[in-house]
Amino acid sequence: MAEMIDIQDLVFEYTRDENQEPVSAIKGVSLKVEKGSFTAVIGRNGSGKSTLAKNINALLLPSRGAVYVNGYDTRQEENVWDVRQSAAMVFQNPDNQIVSSIVEDDVAFGPENLGVESKEIRTRVDSSLKAVNMWQYRKKAPHLLSGGQKQRIAIAGAIAMRPECIVFDEPTAMLDPKGRSEVMGIIKELHEDGITVLLITHFMEEAAQADRIVIMDQGEIALDGTPQEVFRQAEAIRDMNLDVPLTVELGYRLRDRGLSVPDTIMNMEEMVEFLCQYK
Amino acid sequence: MIRDITLGQYFPGESWIHRLDPRIKIVGTLAYIVALFIVGDFWGFLIAVAALFGVIGISRVPLKFILKGLKPIFIIILFTFVLNLFMIPGKVIWSFWILTITEEGLYTAFFMAARLILLLLGSSLLTLTTRPIRLTDGIESLLSPLRKVGVPAHELAMMMTIALRFIPTLLEETDKIMKAQQARGADFESGNILRRAKSLIPILVPLFISAFRIAQELAMAMEARCYRGGRHRTRMNAMKLEKRDFAAGLLLVAFVAAIIAERILL
Repeated sequence: MAEMIDIQDLVFEYTRDENQEPVSAIKGVSLKVEKGSFTAVIGRNGSGKSTLAKNINALLLPSRGAVYVNGYDTRQEENVWDVRQSAAMVFQNPDNQIVSSIVEDDVAFGPENLGVESKEIRTRVDSSLKAVNMWQYRKKAPHLLSGGQKQRIAIAGAIAMRPECIVFDEPTAMLDPKGRSEVMGIIKELHEDGITVLLITHFMEEAAQADRIVIMDQGEIALDGTPQEVFRQAEAIRDMNLDVPLTVELGYRLRDRGLSVPDTIMNMEEMVEFLCQYK
Repeated sequence: MIRDITLGQYFPGESWIHRLDPRIKIVGTLAYIVALFIVGDFWGFLIAVAALFGVIGISRVPLKFILKGLKPIFIIILFTFVLNLFMIPGKVIWSFWILTITEEGLYTAFFMAARLILLLLGSSLLTLTTRPIRLTDGIESLLSPLRKVGVPAHELAMMMTIALRFIPTLLEETDKIMKAQQARGADFESGNILRRAKSLIPILVPLFISAFRIAQELAMAMEARCYRGGRHRTRMNAMKLEKRDFAAGLLLVAFVAAIIAERILL
């Protein structure tokens, strides 16, 4: 399969003060994300995961190394719009990324910027709003909606640009549990529809739903693999002050006590199912 | 509670006036204001009043709702009325102590007050029947010919759109900051005006800081969605003049012609 995102030895430095030495937020990261995959990037605050996301969207440009999105080099100025159209982005704060005071006008913002024809924008807006189950709210004012609903509007705005990949930068961090599960549900549906998903998060439970987990620590990739492979390193994960999902932790401890719990069990239902049938 | 405030004073409806193209409504309102200053006698005002009430009738906005808009400037109207009444020299019809009323004064006072009231009602009808967002679209479209001489029509409209969108967000933010400070013993309610104004400073500073943070995040989100100013940009709801807009335009021309004819002929 072809690569959607290809990050090569990315270093990102910034200076707080003119006189100070530059600080490295990302210290040499190489990462390839395949088309149609669902990758989660997880890490503590300050691990560089958000900076990584902004580098993929050409909102930040590499200090050293390179980022290719769908084959476009983000360092070339003429590629910027192609990069942003190929890899759309959804941000953390649902309030501060909605532009218009009518839901459907906001969803139309992206395609309008791309110069899409009026009729085509209309069909895109309708199908995007239906995809996030917000079509009945199309005439509403965003500030009257809940956090989860606002975030779904932001996702619709990203889908309306018809990207191949969507980068989610901690989309659930400011939501209540209900909003969080709504948004995660939509993200999984988008992945099933063939969109490449890169989910930046600090919730291990969310990362566990991806096909691949990349753990970042202090600007570097610490662990990278399928959820099973990554969670096998429970000690290392705890050393980085990250939690292992409860179900995984339970399986881990049961195995210590001699029960043969398979390490492919990732969520609560599977675990309950397994334990009920355990002899 | 702070989230429930209505923006501007839009009165939702589906009437013929509501559905008119915002550009026609803006031009119409401007023409009406100019017409009010051409008018100079009783018959002219009769035409202007009839036209206004005709439009109010079609718009189905309750009259009481429209008249409420006059309340805040009632004092100004009264002030102009009294000033005109006593200050204009001419044929004296009544006098007491230093106060004199002249025929010309009475005449001017009445017409000036009528003019102000009609002007206010006419322009409030525009905001009552047009969504703020459609209004900005209309302004952008009307200003776009001026782009050639350097008027940033799209940028102005985008600024208005964003301002409208972020009023509730900033109100919420203010509410949050006030609550956080009240929780730590801040007092916004007691003391004289000066003291109360002073106690607002600790709200304004964090509010400004968070407004800048919001602006930065929004700018980033807009760039991520390929925003690059007005060029190459298309619109989902491209404004198109319908039959009703041409009909309204004809009525408007008829109205202005009637006002001018009345002024010249009578």
